[in-house]
Formats: sequence, C-alpha cells, structure tokens
Amino acid sequence: MKSRSARNRLSGRWLIAALPYLWLIAFFFLPFLIVLKISLSQTVIAQPPYTPTLDLAAGWAGLKAFLEGLSFSTYGLLAQDDIYLLSYLKSLQIAALSTLVLIAIGLPIAYGMARAPSRAQPILLVAVILPFWTSFLIRVYAWINILQRDGLLNDALRALGLIEEPVAWLASDTAVYIGIIYSYLPFMVLPLYANFQKLDESLLEAAADLGCPRWKTFFLVTLPLVMPGIAAGALLCFIPIIGEFVIPDLLGSSRTLMIGQTLWTEFFANRDWPVASAIAVVLLALLVVPIAFYENVHSRQIEGR
Amino acid sequence: MGRRFSSFNLVSVTLGIAFLYLPIVILVIYSFNASRLVTVWGGWSLRWYAALLDDGALQEAAANSLLIALASATAATVLGTLAALTLTRLGRFRGRLPFAAMLYAPLVMPEVITGLSLLLFFVAINLDRGFLTITIAHTTLTLCFVAVVVQSRLASFDRALEEAAMDLGCPPLRTFLTVTVPIIAPAIAAGFLLAFSLSLDDLVIASFTTGPGATTLPIRIYSDVRLGVKPEINAVCTIFVAVIALVVIAASILTRRAERRQQVSAY
Repeated sequence: MKSRSARNRLSGRWLIAALPYLWLIAFFFLPFLIVLKISLSQTVIAQPPYTPTLDLAAGWAGLKAFLEGLSFSTYGLLAQDDIYLLSYLKSLQIAALSTLVLIAIGLPIAYGMARAPSRAQPILLVAVILPFWTSFLIRVYAWINILQRDGLLNDALRALGLIEEPVAWLASDTAVYIGIIYSYLPFMVLPLYANFQKLDESLLEAAADLGCPRWKTFFLVTLPLVMPGIAAGALLCFIPIIGEFVIPDLLGSSRTLMIGQTLWTEFFANRDWPVASAIAVVLLALLVVPIAFYENVHSRQIEGR
Repeated sequence: MGRRFSSFNLVSVTLGIAFLYLPIVILVIYSFNASRLVTVWGGWSLRWYAALLDDGALQEAAANSLLIALASATAATVLGTLAALTLTRLGRFRGRLPFAAMLYAPLVMPEVITGLSLLLFFVAINLDRGFLTITIAHTTLTLCFVAVVVQSRLASFDRALEEAAMDLGCPPLRTFLTVTVPIIAPAIAAGFLLAFSLSLDDLVIASFTTGPGATTLPIRIYSDVRLGVKPEINAVCTIFVAVIALVVIAASILTRRAERRQQVSAY
C-alpha cells in the first residue's frame, strides 16, 4: 500500500518535470543545433536558401552526402570582411561602457530607495518596475520625440541659451547610449535594491561608532556587501545589450552598427541564412562565459533566500 | 522604521524616477496635441485617438497581439509553474543542471539569437509561420520569467503546511491543489501578467517567427516608427501604456491584499 503511493508520487513527480523539460529541449535546445548546422552550410538561391539539406528519405547515403556538404567556409567569410569584426567590437564597447554608467547611476538610486521611509518603499518599487513592464519599443520611440532635430531637448537647450543651432542628437552614439541606459536602468536598480535592503545596518552603525566617515563606510563596508547585486545587475544588462537590435536601429546611424543589426540585415535584407547563423554562433560563443557566470549568480541568489 | 530620508537619497531617487518617467509623460502629452506637426503644440485634442478608430489594419494588429499574448501567457504559466516545482521540489535529480541552464538562459539571451534559432527550427520542421509559431516562440521566451517568479514564492513557503496535510491523510495531488496552489496563486497570477506583457511587447522574436496575416502591434508600430514620428503612434502608445499601467497597479494591489490576508490567517 505504502510502496504503491510512493511509486505514484514518483511518477507524478516525473510528469511535472517532463513537460517543461521536453518543451525546452524542443524549442530551445534543438533550434540551437539547427543554427549550428546552417552556419556550416552555404548560401544558395533556393527554398530554403542554403545547402546541403538533410534528406532523411535517402537514408545512410543521404546523411553521408549531407555531412560532406558541410564546411567552415562561412566562418572564413566572417573573418575576411571587416564589417563583422567592427560590429562585434562596437557592441562590446557600447555594452561595456553603458553597463559602467548604469552601475554608477543605479547605485545611488537603489541606495536611496532602500533608505527611504519603509512606507514609501513599496510605492517606489512599483514606480521602478512599471517602466520595465511598459513596452520596450515605446520607451525607445519616446526618445525619438525628444532627441529629433526640432525636438524638445534642442528647444530646451536653446531656451536656456546653451546652444545656438540645433544639435543632431539622433543617429549618433550619444543617442544609442541614452536609449540603452534608459531602457536597462530598471534591470540594474532592482537587483541592487534587493541587496541594499538585505544589508545588515548594525554593520554600518558599527563603522560609524568607530569613527569611520560615511563615504569611507560606503566604499569599505557597503559596496563589498552589495557586490552580488552589482554582478547580477551588470550581467543582466551587459549580455542582452551586446545583442541589442531595436535601440541602435532606431536611435543610431550606420556608424553605430551593432552585431544584432548586422545579423538582422544579413537575415532579412540579404537573405544570407548561413552568415546570419554563423554570426549568432560566434556571438553565443562570446557570451557563453558571462551567461554561465550569470546563471551561477542567479541560482545562488534564489537558493540563498 | 521611522527612517529619515536624507537629502542625498531624496535627490537621487527623485532624479531617477524623473528620468524613467519624463519621456513617457512627454509622449502621453503629445498624443493629445491637435497639431499634425509633432513638435509644435497646437492645443489639446482627441483627433489622433479618433483617427485610430478608422485604422482597420492597426486594430487587426492589436487583436493579433492580444490573442497571441493570451495564448502564450497561458501556456507559459502552466509550463513555468511546473518548471518552478521541478526545481524546488524534485531535489537534486540527474539532469537538473542542464534543465536549470536551459530555463534561465532566455532571461539574458539576446533576442536576435532566440528569434533566428526558432525561425530556422520552424523552417526545418516545415511548420507554416503565423499565429502558432509566434505563440510557441513567446511561450518559450516567457516561461522562464514565470518560473523565476513562482520559484521565489515556493522558496519562501512553509513546507510544514503541506506536510501537515499529508500527515492527516491528504493525497499528494489534493494537497497540491488545496494547500500549495492557493498559497502560490498570487505568484502564478503575477507570472501570467508578466508573460502577457512581455509577449504583447516583443518585436524582435515576433519579426523572425511571424508569417502572412500575423502582423502584431509592435511589428506595425516599428514599421511606422522607422518612417518617422507620427501623432497617431503617440496615441497608440498612450493607450498601450495606460492599459499596462492599470494591469500592473491592479496586480500589485491584489498581491499585497492576498499577502496581508495570509499574514492574518497565519496568526
């Protein structure tokens, strides 16, 4: 009797795991194998626009012909043309610099929120989460209104007498940085806030009692204690910013070409599926280490709760 | 408690919130602008909202988006809750690590990679692109967000309640339905809403996996925005923002009320 219910429970448990497990294998893992496969193929004008295709009906011979058709030539193409290397570097540069700015802006905001009167905190939290739920696209679009040539920023600066002629803010690196920092700020503030809130205040009081000035306490006591939050926030911003498409496409110019745009153009405009796939594989290879690091930080935070 | 809000903290929080909200507030104000020139203020008017009523294609795109968001958020809620249970209740089974890796990766994975890989997969298995493919793609993207939200609720959950029910002879499934589900219900609801709004908002993955007749609202807005700012888009965006704000505020009030009720019944 008892063993039967135990066995029932065991099979029930496996049913719980099986559904999401199979879903992720089918729609997350398998698609990556296909990207890898197509990155080893060549472009042809056909439907689908690449060769070789695996002909399962031909059996063993089909598989052999398929494997012989694969090659690394697409990757050679990526190495030859500067545009790919330049867009990878541009993406890295923009992601690294905007992550640093995000940490610098996010720290005082999150610190201030955690030090706010406890009745105000839930309201502040909703206030930061709300834009995160609001459409990404709309938030980027809102900046076009502000940054365009006869937009509000130029009007305001002219009214203040700071500039004479309107400045072309759009289609520049500055616009891309503004858009990225604006869009990703909640991703930085939320993990930082969670860490500041968990902070044991008696440690800060101890430092103050021993005569440590406030700014020194911040750097010597507070900052090391919120390091996990900084790491989580930085990775949560850095990794997706590298592959960002919408922001540089709407606010940037051809000189701010990031790798997400290059992939998009190869796929949609040039219909070059093997090159788009090879770009994705290289990008993923670059991101494997930060993603693994992020998952480590993330699962430690969830389990340490 | 009774902490004072130091001036430095007050200033940094105020500036931060102002930075987050100013662009959206400007967008909302300009959606009521009577002038066709988006940069010239011509007085208050509802004409761009009226213009939306005549735009059949836009309404169809909005309907598509809502339908896809509803379907994918429902599927993601079921799968994400099961995934959260798997991670918190099955212990350290073999295959847990690859499962957790696959589950969390979409949280940070660049959307162009996810979109491209799903599209190539759909082409490889010969699945016609349209509603179904966008729904599958959005389910895959959003189920991890649901799992994270539900998992944090499950982690802070008093297991003694479940054990008490089982000790009193309640079968596992019934324990789950009558004890566990009511307690994690606010997290499940929050996960559903998050999945819904993420799906409604997604442009990149939808662009890859869409097909004829399945234009979503972000795809439509994006193709308009590329041609420049138009007052009608300000109006669409304002409606979009208002709906999401109402949903989030309602959800946070509901969650807080549910938490308070639980605290009361616990004592």
